[in-house]
Amino acid sequence: MTDIPAKAAVNSMSSGSVLLTLMKARTFIALIAVLLFFSIAAPNFLSAANLILMSKHVALNAFLAMGMTFVIITGGIDLSVGSIVGLCGMVAGYLVLNGIDLQVGYTIYFNVFEIALITLAVGILIGAVNGLLITRLNVAPFIATLGVLYVARGLALLSSDGRTFPNLVGKPELGTTGFGFLGAGRLLGLPVALWILLVVALGAAYLAKYTPLGRHIFAVGGNERAARISGVRVNMVKMFVYMFSGFCAAIVGLIISSELMASHPATGESFELNAIAAAVLGGTSMSGGRGTIGGTIVGAFVIGILSDGLVMMGVSSFWQMVIKGLVIIVAVVVDQAQRRLQSRVTLMQMAKAG
Amino acid sequence: MSGDQDVILKLEDVSKVYSGTVAVKRANFEVRKGAVNVLVGENGAGKSTLMKIIAGVEQPTLGRILLDGEEVSFSSSGDAVNRGIGMVFQELNLFGNLTVAENIFATREITNRFRKIDRKEQERRAAEFLERLEAGIRPDMLVEDLRIGQQQLVEIAKAVSLDARILIMDEPTSALSAAEVEILFKVIADLKARGVAIVYISHRLEELIRIGDTITVLRDGRITGQAEMKDVDTQWIVRQMIGSDAKDFAKADGHVPGEEIFRAEDICLPRVTGGLAVDHVSLSLRAGEILGIYGLMGAGRSELFDCIMGRHGHSTGTIFIAGKKVHERDTTRRIRRGLALIPEDRQREGLVSILSVASNLTLASLSRFVRLFHIRGAAERQAVTQTVRELAIKVADPAQEVSSLSGGNQQKVVIGKALLTGPKVLLMDEPSRGIDVGAKADVFRTMRKLSRDGLGILFATSDLDEVMALSDRIAVMSNGKLTGMFDRAEATEAALVAASAFGHGPVPHGEQGA
Repeated sequence: MTDIPAKAAVNSMSSGSVLLTLMKARTFIALIAVLLFFSIAAPNFLSAANLILMSKHVALNAFLAMGMTFVIITGGIDLSVGSIVGLCGMVAGYLVLNGIDLQVGYTIYFNVFEIALITLAVGILIGAVNGLLITRLNVAPFIATLGVLYVARGLALLSSDGRTFPNLVGKPELGTTGFGFLGAGRLLGLPVALWILLVVALGAAYLAKYTPLGRHIFAVGGNERAARISGVRVNMVKMFVYMFSGFCAAIVGLIISSELMASHPATGESFELNAIAAAVLGGTSMSGGRGTIGGTIVGAFVIGILSDGLVMMGVSSFWQMVIKGLVIIVAVVVDQAQRRLQSRVTLMQMAKAG
Repeated sequence: MSGDQDVILKLEDVSKVYSGTVAVKRANFEVRKGAVNVLVGENGAGKSTLMKIIAGVEQPTLGRILLDGEEVSFSSSGDAVNRGIGMVFQELNLFGNLTVAENIFATREITNRFRKIDRKEQERRAAEFLERLEAGIRPDMLVEDLRIGQQQLVEIAKAVSLDARILIMDEPTSALSAAEVEILFKVIADLKARGVAIVYISHRLEELIRIGDTITVLRDGRITGQAEMKDVDTQWIVRQMIGSDAKDFAKADGHVPGEEIFRAEDICLPRVTGGLAVDHVSLSLRAGEILGIYGLMGAGRSELFDCIMGRHGHSTGTIFIAGKKVHERDTTRRIRRGLALIPEDRQREGLVSILSVASNLTLASLSRFVRLFHIRGAAERQAVTQTVRELAIKVADPAQEVSSLSGGNQQKVVIGKALLTGPKVLLMDEPSRGIDVGAKADVFRTMRKLSRDGLGILFATSDLDEVMALSDRIAVMSNGKLTGMFDRAEATEAALVAASAFGHGPVPHGEQGA
């Protein structure tokens, strides 16, 4: 079995290279494939309304997946993002409805902009808790973020006794109106959420490629010991990635509450799994050191389009889960095959060079 | 005296290629029973790879292995053990969290009728093997609590306990004192008398000549000489090992060292298991001086470097750079103060192997190329190109992954990374380990050039020739202590060896450090 691809590769280097290029572009190919498939199989799939609706769904997962990508590149994992989404939604809802009671007869109400800032700060803070547990107390990322997953979800439920904060329109006299802008607003015909995604994604991609922090994120994931000896502040890098992940989750919490004009404490359950799936589908390596923001976004689109398309085709949600799982497995298998092929091609190039 | 019937194992035209290097090229090698078959060669000549092929740890890329005249192929070390081949590994392959007895019987546990491990019996049998090594090691001790030298003895006991027909020993004496070596030789003589074929690898030529029956020399993955030990002398071995031209150590250029640039005072590092890994070490270094630190494996050289770099929060002592006390305790800021470390283990500590050559080179010095928070690509590329040229790193494109380079070129990348931080003091831990002769000469030349430019260089090595040839002064460490300090003019090999064995004994010394 193993001999066949080896010999094929020896016989024609160029076919190996072509195969390698195809494999590298696999996420893109998958994206085009699902787009083509559903545009034929599902009526109305390519309508503008549907595309916009779909991209809004995708955007939510894409935010989480970007945060997750940085975390996974450093060799960690963040299971708490779904709970942070829920908790941040509740924070925003609570502030719109109740403000902060100062216990001396006054209650402060914030305008929507301030509420957004506070909510983002809460997300970053929870990320910082993750980071501190991992860097200072040496808790394994899986366990630390699992613990925070429960704590944050519990706090979200406690904040309202498990009830939904409904009707977040706000009161004009308190200046709390306009919360719906994030979820329902449009700029130049596109949803605000998409514009935010664009900004955050460009920022994250720039960070990864052109800043020392970005370089350090990859170095920490590739070889933490070597990074440390080279003077990389490993703990700071890790703090950053978990805080950024918390930040992304807070954005998602805000957008969802704003879309629904209500905050429900169970929002975001199992979102972390979709985020991990998107990152992995986009070529992020679970062992750390490899991954791109662009790949992750494409991965999020593949997963999002796949699930929305299947819904439109009327496929049962049970089958949807099976299909989604298979796609992820195939993606990782192809990823491994690509690594092997790549090292073989490199070896051969070196052998030829002498 | 020995005909073909004595040959128990034969390698025919064996080659092994790793990504980046050809480790063994078409080697033919015979192992005779009841004899000590010596294998020598420089670091990186391919000895360990060849032995790993025999022991089933690695599979040959090409070629055949004949055992008792019949072709075999081992898919794992378990296969080889089943055919009677045991190996003492150079890197200790022990489980620190298990006891000595559990280590010796790992994967061959002695069980009772109910498949339960018979701990008592294991410890009794283990004690017998340890007895022969006179090491004073109890079978119920945890391996991680033992000295490196003692761990090496456990490794030997484990291999002996296999009752192997062929026993490979890869540098079994690298952490042993002279007295411990004597005991090992008695054990080897005993095994030989029982008809066991022993393959013995070592750097110490005097050892080889004493116990070897046949000798095979490897250079750059090729076998360059094979002879009966009684027919050869040291000069012959050296000639085969390094080829026609003499070892290229880059001559001293006679420049005079300047002012003191670095001083360490009273550096201590406690061991987890009690005692001190670095025991009140003080030394000073002048600008333009190369200070060699010689010692056996586990003498505390690497740990000393780690303390100087601030890698251990719980180490004590003070360091000074150019007369000014260094208050910073973390690696990042110590690098900024002008310290740089080239670690011993390139793969684990030196390189981020999945990043490119360029990213590795600039990893420690990124702040030099940054405006605000943006890495200026042009400035970075220019520095990379310059370093690649200056250190003669053989790479087609710096965007290539660093793991695709050969060992020597990888080492140059690690050195380049350290130099780009603009250090005043360079700490080099075994800088010539596992690289080929040409790259070694390049590294030594670079060291000379840097010292001429006024850098202070501390370099740790367990290679006597190297330390004698390159150092302006030589410090010797043993058991965490500084046990000798010699000027090059007055240093003799005998004095260095004596100082490096200080505090070692055949029986473990008491808990003196605690």
